[in-house]
Amino acid sequence: MTLPVELRHDETFVLNLGPQHPATHGVLRVKLTMDGEYIVKAEPVLGYVHRMHEKLAEAGNFAQFMPNTARMDYLHALAFNQGYALVVEKAAGIEVPERAEYIRVITVELNRIASHLLWWAAFLLDLGGFTPLLYAFDDREQILDLLERITGSRLTYCYMRFGGVYNDIDDEFITGTRDFIKRLRSRMPSLYHDLVTHNIILIKRIKDIGFITAEQCRKYGATGPVARGSGIDYDVRKNEPFSIYPELDFDIPVYNECDSMARYMVRMDEIEQSLRIIEQALDKLPDGPVQAKVPKLLKPEEGYYYSAVETARGSLGHRLICDGGKTPYRLKLRSPTFSNLSLFGEVAEGMLLADALAFMGSLDLVIPEIDR
Amino acid sequence: METSIWRPILYLVGIMAFAGLNAAYLGWCERKGAGRIQRRPGPKEVGFAGLLQPLADGIKLMTKQLMVPQGVDGIIFRVAPVIAMIPAITSMVVIPFSGNIQARAMELSVLLIFALASLGMMAVLLGGWASGNKYAIISSARAVSQNLAYEIPMLLTVISIVMISGSMNLRDIAIDQQGGFWHWNIFRFENGHFLYMWIGFIIFFICSLAETNRAPFDMAEAESELVAGYMTEYGSMGFGLFMMGEYLNIVVGACLTATLFLGGWDCPFGLTPGVWWFLLKIYVLIFTVIWVRWTYPRTQIYRLLNLSWKILIPFSLVNVLVTAALIKVF
Repeated sequence: MTLPVELRHDETFVLNLGPQHPATHGVLRVKLTMDGEYIVKAEPVLGYVHRMHEKLAEAGNFAQFMPNTARMDYLHALAFNQGYALVVEKAAGIEVPERAEYIRVITVELNRIASHLLWWAAFLLDLGGFTPLLYAFDDREQILDLLERITGSRLTYCYMRFGGVYNDIDDEFITGTRDFIKRLRSRMPSLYHDLVTHNIILIKRIKDIGFITAEQCRKYGATGPVARGSGIDYDVRKNEPFSIYPELDFDIPVYNECDSMARYMVRMDEIEQSLRIIEQALDKLPDGPVQAKVPKLLKPEEGYYYSAVETARGSLGHRLICDGGKTPYRLKLRSPTFSNLSLFGEVAEGMLLADALAFMGSLDLVIPEIDR
Repeated sequence: METSIWRPILYLVGIMAFAGLNAAYLGWCERKGAGRIQRRPGPKEVGFAGLLQPLADGIKLMTKQLMVPQGVDGIIFRVAPVIAMIPAITSMVVIPFSGNIQARAMELSVLLIFALASLGMMAVLLGGWASGNKYAIISSARAVSQNLAYEIPMLLTVISIVMISGSMNLRDIAIDQQGGFWHWNIFRFENGHFLYMWIGFIIFFICSLAETNRAPFDMAEAESELVAGYMTEYGSMGFGLFMMGEYLNIVVGACLTATLFLGGWDCPFGLTPGVWWFLLKIYVLIFTVIWVRWTYPRTQIYRLLNLSWKILIPFSLVNVLVTAALIKVF
């Protein structure tokens, strides 16, 4: 991107964006070296909500860590549930009943839609549009109500169990979900796209702003919609299939524009794809148990285990090291937002403050997941 | 009546009451309007339909301590909110609410209002500068460049009106448009002005949005970028006065638009003209302002300046030329 002005590196000032700032959506601090309204250097400072979740995993047995997973990415908590359940199941060699796999996928995809809706609302808020927030929350509320019925909580779920799920879904949930799919499909074109996506001010704000090349994505390990907005066709659900995703028919939206608009469109298309996944999973839903027989206390064999799932923000990896005891020897998470944020400093250089914040919004940051 | 001491006193009380009521209740209207647009009820707990909400807010703001942070230019910091209010209230002196409700029918009233509007910008500049906060200073710098950029097309549009009416007196301009909507400056059937005057109206309306720092041009208080802009360090009534000043600027802008383009107190279809038509017009305009704010996202500071320098100023210059040519021809 060519700058309209020559940046001066001698007359700068430091602007502390955060840790308390409306645009950082959490306690992220970005140390900005500014020349007027242009950013000369951007340096994210992390660790304000570090709660040592990974260390906590070593303190209890395997099951006791499950509630912690939801407290990292609170917007797509069920994917974190699933990722952790997958790695422990791999370690302990537990077979998951088919119905439970279907229920996992249905709930995770519902949660993904809720996460994208909230991102959409917060992104528009960053751009100064307040009203879309309420419309998105209206739809998100329907999902939360559905999930609350079967999981018992609305935000920090602890729904998955090793070898299944905590609770079976009922007919009311199924009809409710089908109604929701119909409702969101009817609202997407008129409310979300006509009112917001095609708005000239929005297009001017995010089109051709915040270029991330595919090269940069690889360099920093960016995944999820950020990478897919830069033309990298990578989704854990397709590339390293897990659960029942190979049996379902869905597309991975990829855009080659590399700008904020591309990332916006990837997420909007993913909502539609998630609806498709849920629809098919509901159609194919088999009968059977939702929980396998699992010993009370797990003692997996010694070894290294890894699982990857696709959260709303990208690829989430769980690396589990077992020493044959009843607690994990070491659990390491590879969280998507950490890598996605890492490229902020390089890309934001030379941007205007307002553009940089719009760009930051398009990365979809969830700070507790970065700090853990 | 002209020489009576009661006239200035009555107008003083009347204008202060009008300004105070508007400053307080436009906040309520804004919140209620925003609520309805967002499919929620808005304020409803304090009094019937939340009508006492402005009172509660006022009491809350007034009973709070005016915090003056360290490292702040104390005098200017305290004076700036007052400066935000003064020009807005003073402008109302020359606004013709109806044929016989106007405090002073000055010859150069259009000029006076624009001079005062520029003064209002000083409040933002001083408040932001005195705060000693980086966000506040960026916000002030934005506000000044924005206001300067938008005053030019606004004044150019007004010049074409002044040429048509042949007066800079708001009262004369309004009287010139009496007799139904086809006489209003925005439509003006005589002399072919109707061909382009609506463009002038749109330019003027956009400029008045930008001049009053309203969305989508609220660069100075872009809360997701600059926290609260120039008001970041202000609390209690300092903040309250800035807010009230903002609403009063909207009222003055709407009054000016109604007088210059929509025939002032004239009835659109030949019924008895009167102050109620004027009020109806300004509140429709104010509602539009609120509606726009809660519908559109914010634009960008350099796009905002581009809009003014590259689109609005050339258009308004052509507007002035065409007006002059048409007046010469007919």
